[in-house]
Amino acid sequence: MPSIWTFLKSRLASMKKSLKRTWLTQKRKTTVTQLSISGKLAEKQCPAADTCSSAPPSSSLEPTPETRGKTSGYKGSYDCGKNEEREGRSCVRYKCGLLNTIQDVLRQRPGWVEVKDDGEWDFNWCDVGWLRENFDHSYMEEHVRINHFRNHYELTRKNLMVKNLKRYRKNLERDIGHMEASKCDFFPCTFALPSEYHLFVEEFKRSPGSTWIMKPVAKSQGKGIFLFRKLKDIMDWKKDGTRSEEQKDAAQVESYVAQRYIENPYLINGRKFDLRVYVLVTSYVPLKAWLYRDGFARFSSTRFSLSSIDDKYMHLTNVAVQKTAPDYDPEKGCKWQMQQLRRYLTAKHGREMVETLFNEMDNIFVRSLQSVQKVIINDKHCFELYGYDILLDQNLKPWLIEVNASPSHTPSSQEDYEMKCRLLEDTLNVVDMEGRLTGKEKRVGGYDLMWNDGPVYREDVNLETFGSSCFTANTHLGCVNDREKQLRRLLKPFPGQKRM
Amino acid sequence: MDEGTELSLTIAHIVRRLKGSHLHSQIERQAKECLHQPEIKLESLREDVRSFLKTSGWEKKLQNAVYRELHVQLPPSHPAAPPEHLKEPLAYMRKAQANWEKRVLKSLNSMSTELGVPLARMRPAVEQKELTNKWNEMGTDEPDLSRFRPVYAPKDFLEVLISLRNPNHDSSEDLSTRSHWGLIQVPLNVRDIPQLRQTYSELNLTMGQLGIDDHAHIHPVVADQDSAAAQQYSRQGCPTGLRADLWALILNSTNHPPDVMHYEQLKAGVIQHDLLVDNLIYKDVKLTASNDDYYFVFEDFLYQVLLCFSRDTAVLEHFKYNSATPPKSYIQGKVGDEECAVVYPPNGVIPFHGFSMYVAPLCFLYNEPSKLYSVFREMYVRYFFRLHSISSSPSGIVYLCLQFEWLLQTHLPQLFYHLRQIGAQPLRIAFKWMVRAFSGYLSTDQLLLLWDRILGYDSLEIVAVLAAAVFAFRAENLMEVMSLASAEAVLADLSTLKVMPLIQIFLFATAI
Repeated sequence: MPSIWTFLKSRLASMKKSLKRTWLTQKRKTTVTQLSISGKLAEKQCPAADTCSSAPPSSSLEPTPETRGKTSGYKGSYDCGKNEEREGRSCVRYKCGLLNTIQDVLRQRPGWVEVKDDGEWDFNWCDVGWLRENFDHSYMEEHVRINHFRNHYELTRKNLMVKNLKRYRKNLERDIGHMEASKCDFFPCTFALPSEYHLFVEEFKRSPGSTWIMKPVAKSQGKGIFLFRKLKDIMDWKKDGTRSEEQKDAAQVESYVAQRYIENPYLINGRKFDLRVYVLVTSYVPLKAWLYRDGFARFSSTRFSLSSIDDKYMHLTNVAVQKTAPDYDPEKGCKWQMQQLRRYLTAKHGREMVETLFNEMDNIFVRSLQSVQKVIINDKHCFELYGYDILLDQNLKPWLIEVNASPSHTPSSQEDYEMKCRLLEDTLNVVDMEGRLTGKEKRVGGYDLMWNDGPVYREDVNLETFGSSCFTANTHLGCVNDREKQLRRLLKPFPGQKRM
Repeated sequence: MDEGTELSLTIAHIVRRLKGSHLHSQIERQAKECLHQPEIKLESLREDVRSFLKTSGWEKKLQNAVYRELHVQLPPSHPAAPPEHLKEPLAYMRKAQANWEKRVLKSLNSMSTELGVPLARMRPAVEQKELTNKWNEMGTDEPDLSRFRPVYAPKDFLEVLISLRNPNHDSSEDLSTRSHWGLIQVPLNVRDIPQLRQTYSELNLTMGQLGIDDHAHIHPVVADQDSAAAQQYSRQGCPTGLRADLWALILNSTNHPPDVMHYEQLKAGVIQHDLLVDNLIYKDVKLTASNDDYYFVFEDFLYQVLLCFSRDTAVLEHFKYNSATPPKSYIQGKVGDEECAVVYPPNGVIPFHGFSMYVAPLCFLYNEPSKLYSVFREMYVRYFFRLHSISSSPSGIVYLCLQFEWLLQTHLPQLFYHLRQIGAQPLRIAFKWMVRAFSGYLSTDQLLLLWDRILGYDSLEIVAVLAAAVFAFRAENLMEVMSLASAEAVLADLSTLKVMPLIQIFLFATAI
């Protein structure tokens, strides 16, 4: 009936006006919650950034409570069936400091708008530099999410990771026993230099003729890495006991780690490769980690041989290094998708051996996270996507090489680009700014819940299956990733989006 | 000729083939050795030895060998038929093949003369040593291949097939609806969907297809070591973990010491002599497999297999039933003198552009070069050779092309007509897929599923069916294109296709 519509329209207009006033006078961030209203009125999307920051679209018939000065914010009517504590948002203001795939993914997400410069944001995908400078000075509302943990470097800097792993292993040995501790033997013998120089020399002398690899702790993409067999090659890192504490801090030598080089890597037709696997952590205490099904194997473009340790191109498989190799052919494609590798290994070694291998990799992910669980500052605003680098040796044993907090999202090919888009989209699906998940899911798109304060199994644990001992882990690395089908079943559509 | 005579002829032929083979001597030795065993009694010697051979698995091996012979040998059509008829019964096809071969050989010879590279030469000792050291990494070699060009590409071969005509068949009077819209204009009897449904009944929509799940246990088929059972099993797809063994079993390809020795001999041949075709192989691998995301890792394997393949005179045997004839080369100055003739290359097969793609998918299954070689060779002499020789065989490329066009014309007439009108004859796009049995066009796991069926049904027909199914799948997009280039673009990327659902839907869900 026309009269009611006119009434509603005028009501809407006045609500908008009052909110606009409130917004402009507000200095602090206001929590504005927009929920999808099932049925009633179609949700209006945030058409542009300025509209959003000035007047959040209101589409509820309920009168709006005052928001002036309040931080708990406006709560519209809830969507039926939602967990009352979760406040989903249909309009998410995001800040993004990086210029690659993540930009495209954020831009295409329905209801997400970019805020520039000093605008208030609900979601921040930042680089570690920004984090270092701003995290401590930022106040974040409850719903706000950011893509790093404050001290993620405990896991991602090579020297700290090793320190944490060694300590974790020692504690396990002391508290539980040798068997349990041996499950942590997945990283090669490593020493931080110059601080552990003497320990390193002891080990070095114990295994004459072995090859070691030197890596700078804070660099990435293969920069500054070299191999050596003689102590004289690393004289610069020799710890000089005469230096004072201050001098140590202002050391001219950069921090490096010396790691035993894996001399028998698994080769495919003479070529060395390593694996890149993606793990998403949404909480450290309790530990909740997701494993992505896709990943890839990066091949070195030259054949492996121990005789030429100066050939950086052969020993390092990072794509960034490969791109500069003289015979690098961009058409050639130095990567295999994880599914391809898994199929290849299954055809060569059979299903059982490959399953054991992938279970051992799960072990690496979980234990590495557990080793920093007590050290990382757990913050409910934080989540983090890690890129794990794994190397296989000829016995199909996986070794942890390092963990990256800012895995390169720069794609090397169209196929690669699509995979990274899927990865990032699913990351945002798990973080769930829109509040579409119940929190009980074991799978979201290409992510499988690997650890939820305890192992997660494929089978549902209930009274009937309780006594059974054959549980399989809920991980599917390298398996079919039919994420679109799964997402359609799992999620309600974005507000305003038609169900396809 | 009655069945009885036919059977005894076949038996006699097989006995002749197996006599003196390695298997024969092994069985003889086993039979002799078992005489020492207590359960063998003099009174019932024959039965006892037979049952011993049965329980020890030797009878199964013999069965597999016989099965293999039955596959590669065509049944004799008539006792008086000349040997050419075994190669190819239709005279006009034989003639066309001979002409084509002449062209290819001419091209090869002129390349040799132009570039001043001999067809074959002995390597100096230094070079031999170098090659031996580099055997496992021949891919690191970067010889100057710019002067070499492939002898021919599938496109050229297609032109020859298009011009094939049966001189006894006058199609000009055919005004009826049976006129053929496609490029191939030979009257071979191709099959239609109801007939295909019967043959490929295991692919029915109601039957589960394997290849996605892996079995935890070793299937009894592999444990039994029975070729025929393995072949039947393969029709519904092989589990990834078992595929390598199953294929080797179906092909009866072994990796015993004699096979390994044979491979080593071939390797020695490669080291000693350098052939002109080696350069063609290098070039082909660099152009195709090395640039493929899936196969670039296997570059070295491909050289190790293909270079040895060129020198394997055992391959010459397959020319008995191949319409092609191996090219002959004459010692300098003695052209025409049959006594100074030698087959060139030694295996009689001149590689063309894309040849290495026959081997590449097998690298996913087999690690050892000698095993890989053995399986590839068997696949070549059973199936692949038919994809680049002119014959009337139901697995031959001519038949496949016609089958493809016929399926398209019968079941997607609108699409075919439209493509024809815009100058995009479907065969021009599908030919390159079929010549390679889709290798390099599908993703590896899908390709292996397709090849499971080639082995399972002992025929390449499924390749033509898949080609038609691909067109059916992308029909909507194809109806909108207005040029050959756009049609090519729509069909450029097949790497996301799932072959089994496509084939199943095309065969069993098409309305007829």
